[in-house]
Amino acid sequence: MHLALFIIFGLLCLGGALNLLLQQHPINSALSLIVVMSSLAVLYLLLGAEFLALAQIIVYSGAIMVLFVFVIMLLNAGLEEKTRGSRAAYLAGIPGMLALFGVLAGTFFTLRSSFGSARLGAYLATTHDLAQVLFRNLLLPFEVTSILILVAILGAVVLARKEH
Amino acid sequence: MNQFLIFILLTLLKIAVVTVVFLTAVAYTVLLERKLVGRIQNRWGPSRVGPFGLMQPLADGLKLFLKEDLMPSAVERPLFILAPIIALACALTSIAVMPYGRDIRWHGVDMFQIANINVGLLVILGVTSIGVYGIALSGWSSNNKYSLLGSLRSTAQMISYELALGLSVIGVVLRTGSLNLRDIVNLQATHGVLSWNAFGGVQIVAFFIYLTAAFAETNRTPFDLPEAESELTAGYHTEYSSMKFAMFFMAEYANMINVGAVATLLFLGGWSSPFGHLFPDFGGPVVHALLPVFWFVAKVFCFLFLYVWVRGTLPRFRYDQLMGFGWKFLLPLAIANVVVTGLVLAVHG
Repeated sequence: MHLALFIIFGLLCLGGALNLLLQQHPINSALSLIVVMSSLAVLYLLLGAEFLALAQIIVYSGAIMVLFVFVIMLLNAGLEEKTRGSRAAYLAGIPGMLALFGVLAGTFFTLRSSFGSARLGAYLATTHDLAQVLFRNLLLPFEVTSILILVAILGAVVLARKEH
Repeated sequence: MNQFLIFILLTLLKIAVVTVVFLTAVAYTVLLERKLVGRIQNRWGPSRVGPFGLMQPLADGLKLFLKEDLMPSAVERPLFILAPIIALACALTSIAVMPYGRDIRWHGVDMFQIANINVGLLVILGVTSIGVYGIALSGWSSNNKYSLLGSLRSTAQMISYELALGLSVIGVVLRTGSLNLRDIVNLQATHGVLSWNAFGGVQIVAFFIYLTAAFAETNRTPFDLPEAESELTAGYHTEYSSMKFAMFFMAEYANMINVGAVATLLFLGGWSSPFGHLFPDFGGPVVHALLPVFWFVAKVFCFLFLYVWVRGTLPRFRYDQLMGFGWKFLLPLAIANVVVTGLVLAVHG
């Protein structure tokens, strides 16, 4: 059951990612990205991270992608244009992507033993467990991240402010 | 294996019953609105089809079903078809995690909730946030400036008010210490009104924020700018006809019921009776099982009544007022509520 879901949503995620690259229109690409984000959420859920899965849906599939779609709609972005630069990007991009994939896959395979492993559906991290870790063991990094976000918000306010 | 089969069958039964009841409720909410707005404006509302006009939803449904399905030639076809499906599917999903009665088990299956999920509240918020795409895409794919304006307004409004809505429920979650809707209701089910989050739990401010944000989320008056008919024809669904239009229509009313149901669960004690244990249990096990369902439905009905009442009373906001209200009043108020609730809980334990 878990394996079947993993295969279905893993394939959906990969298909969405490929579609994101292949689509000509930005809104179709944005919608493919929503599919990718949501399938990732299901994969998190299969690994027992229920809070993370729902946070992924609410924050990424919901809020952030709505903003993407909103901006694309507002600017009325048209079809992708092919220029000489984009051909160069193909030439450099595809080998670059393969190289990056190779390096990452190689690293994961060599370090596999030290990462430990989680079996699908074997473990359930409740919101309570997550809070224990986040607000006890990792309190300082959490607060530092909060301040980083606060700075970003202040920056956005300063940038968007009208000059009087 | 036999136990598994029973579980599957009973779950399918629950889903079927809840879906039928929910869709009927959606149809009759439309009638309720037309009737009540009629009474507020000192006229009768629909009264010709059936006794008191009670068959009107059926006639409306039949009419929409038989109408010609027009599709303008300039639309973005796949998205144009997908948009109402997203809107309706998301509107009909949330009910799956809501408990609508006491936890009574039959063959080991909880008969008064379809799925009891640890993070049920987040599921509802997530499904709602996905539902925005239905409206956003419908406006964009229609290739019509009124539709686009309507959906842009709606999207901006939903993003803005979702923040206040999300923050307003944190007080309740802090108080319960759980995101499970059954736990949230059980905490409020002890002493009637006195233990409801809105009153005994002193989350009345959060309740006000939730209610206001919920009106905005469902695009209802006074926040119905996405479909302001005097300036935008019909807003995001201008180009839709027949069943596709009906799907948007059903989604809007289903969302009204959803929002009312969530407000009931979070702030007004869900299925619990307002009297608590003041009166001894009467009747047999059947009354014991069905009375909570009555209370739940009655509370949701009050919300629907309030929706219609507000629609009949208040004028529409201006757009900048809407944004200012959401960001400069509701959001800080919601944050203040979280801080105060957190402090009080920290002191009292």
